[in-house]
Amino acid sequence: MTRAPSSTVHDNPFMKPMEWISLALLVAVIFLVLPMLLDAFRLNLVGKYLTYSFVALGLVICWGFGGILSLGQGVFFGLGGYLMAMYLKLEASSVENTKIQSTPGIPDFMDWNQITELPWFWKPFTSLPFTLLAVIVVPAFFAFVIGTAMFRRRVGGTYFAIITQAIAAILTILIVGQQGYTGGINGITDLRTLHGWDIRTDRAHNILYFVNGGLLVACILFAQYVKRSKLGRILVAMRDKEDRVRFSGYQVASFKTFAFCLAAVFAAIGGAMFTLQVGFMSPSFVGIVPSIEMVIYAAVGGRLSLFGAVWGTLLVNWAKTTFSESFPELWLFGLGGLFILVVLAFPNGLAGIYRTYVEPRLTRRVKALEPAPAVALPHAAE
Amino acid sequence: MLGDYSLTDLSSIFVMQGFAGLILFSVYTLMALGLAIIFGQMGVINMAHGEFMILGAYMTYLCSGFFQTHLPALFPAYFFVAMALAFVASGALGMLVEWALIRHLYKRPLDTLLATWGLSLILQQAYRTIFGPREVGVELPSWLIGSVQVTDTIEIPINGMFVMAITLLITAGVALLMYRSRFGAQVRAVVQNRPMAGAVGIDTEKVDRLTFGLGCGIAGIAGSAFTMVGSTGPTSGQLYIVDTFLIVVFGGAASLLGTIASAFSISQTQSTLEFFLSGSTAKVITLLAVVGILMLRPQGLFTLKVRR
Repeated sequence: MTRAPSSTVHDNPFMKPMEWISLALLVAVIFLVLPMLLDAFRLNLVGKYLTYSFVALGLVICWGFGGILSLGQGVFFGLGGYLMAMYLKLEASSVENTKIQSTPGIPDFMDWNQITELPWFWKPFTSLPFTLLAVIVVPAFFAFVIGTAMFRRRVGGTYFAIITQAIAAILTILIVGQQGYTGGINGITDLRTLHGWDIRTDRAHNILYFVNGGLLVACILFAQYVKRSKLGRILVAMRDKEDRVRFSGYQVASFKTFAFCLAAVFAAIGGAMFTLQVGFMSPSFVGIVPSIEMVIYAAVGGRLSLFGAVWGTLLVNWAKTTFSESFPELWLFGLGGLFILVVLAFPNGLAGIYRTYVEPRLTRRVKALEPAPAVALPHAAE
Repeated sequence: MLGDYSLTDLSSIFVMQGFAGLILFSVYTLMALGLAIIFGQMGVINMAHGEFMILGAYMTYLCSGFFQTHLPALFPAYFFVAMALAFVASGALGMLVEWALIRHLYKRPLDTLLATWGLSLILQQAYRTIFGPREVGVELPSWLIGSVQVTDTIEIPINGMFVMAITLLITAGVALLMYRSRFGAQVRAVVQNRPMAGAVGIDTEKVDRLTFGLGCGIAGIAGSAFTMVGSTGPTSGQLYIVDTFLIVVFGGAASLLGTIASAFSISQTQSTLEFFLSGSTAKVITLLAVVGILMLRPQGLFTLKVRR
């Protein structure tokens, strides 16, 4: 309290040494270790997991720092994914490719549902720049509307969680119900090229994997920038004592809305990359169940740790794939147990375990290597 | 949209759809009652509520099988036994869960949400392992089958009336328990001011556990009643959970009257719209309306002044 604010800013480097090491480790694993160890199929799978970790990253900001638990991140993941899929689908359904349909030039599922003209909201998605813009802007706008409406009326906590969950349910029902416009329960499938570039080959999957990794690192750095800025500190302060922040004259609602929008944009980027990497999008990534599963990724990794969220996502998904391949029945027990265990015993996830058990030992080691003062450390014996 | 129907047709449609809505209302009310008690009392979001309901439904299914093979003479009355059993089973499991899980998390309401979600996954898989992945239905006793012909165009199914009667009884019972008994007075005291209630000698932990058990037990009865109008599968509970939460939030937490009013308005809107539009559109419009109203009036329809 007695320190001048300027000195804290000086003592606040962009990342601490340990965080630089974590970043280097993550980059090494994503860009070197995994591509060397895994075959094309497995690498594509990891690419899919990486797209989920964007959502987990957003949740760290929104839930870990901001204290706003959204159970509707699938909505934004889905929005990003669907917007991207719309562009890809239009490109795949050129007049030439769809000449056996009764109306050539429109997506096949529209033709099956007796729609004879491209609906107005599909039309702009013939343009790639528009699509890329929409992937960011539409979810952000959507989150802004929800956030403003809720946070201005001081709706928070469990109420917010339930309402975001309801929104996820609504969007799923809407997508499944409006088959002719959205592809229904099957989603948008049979995607082929991105601006003429075939996305179905192993080589394309590989390149997309690296794009994914690059974007993820960029998002981590941006999140880190937000975390250490004044804004990030206000977010944390707000989480811990909302009233005090409000009485200090801050517009609490705007900060919360910002965190929610940022999380939405991260999720949408993940969704768009998911569509590219996996080659389809369906309502099963939008609803309540995937939305809550995405929360557990962040919870397992550590809701306060940006790197933890990525590790958590990779780990949970790896476990899911392994278990559901060999013991499909055990997986739900495992996932359910994981939810309970993390919440009861390790509320800060893997990052929390690392911080309480591993880091003190590491720093002790480092201290031991330094020319130690003559007085022995009192805890060294333990 | 209304042009093709004559006036008498329309009025019978409204009566029939209204009645279908009433059955939906009954199931919603029973489910939401338990949830409202738990949410209102402890601020705990129980995501596994649907699974407690399904436990009740499976209990009824087991009972129906048992009575059919071993006690066919008593079969017409098995339903009452099943309902009591459903209440006891769900209530006991609820109290166990409160003791093992929930009581450690009272200070972290968002975390209870995640933990109970985990519990719901485990229960779902347990049901799938024990009862198989397929939906099961119960054999109704003969006196519950059929319908009452009111006029030429209006007929009302008996099992629906029975479900409504049960709902009425349970609701009245809960209202009596909450507003006329010593236990109810304790519960309300704890809701209004927990430390003070503890200070005057109420065992708040015990009240919490009993309340949680009561809420889960009522969910069990809801599941038992549900078997009469639909079949039960391991994931049936999840279908209703969002609607039920919305009902509780929309009604205003901690208000029994609000819960009933919101269950009524939501189920009636949905079933009336369902007739004119497709089922999914009706659901979307109903949910959107509820979310929209909640954005304008986040405290819900009825509120209870609570000192925190």
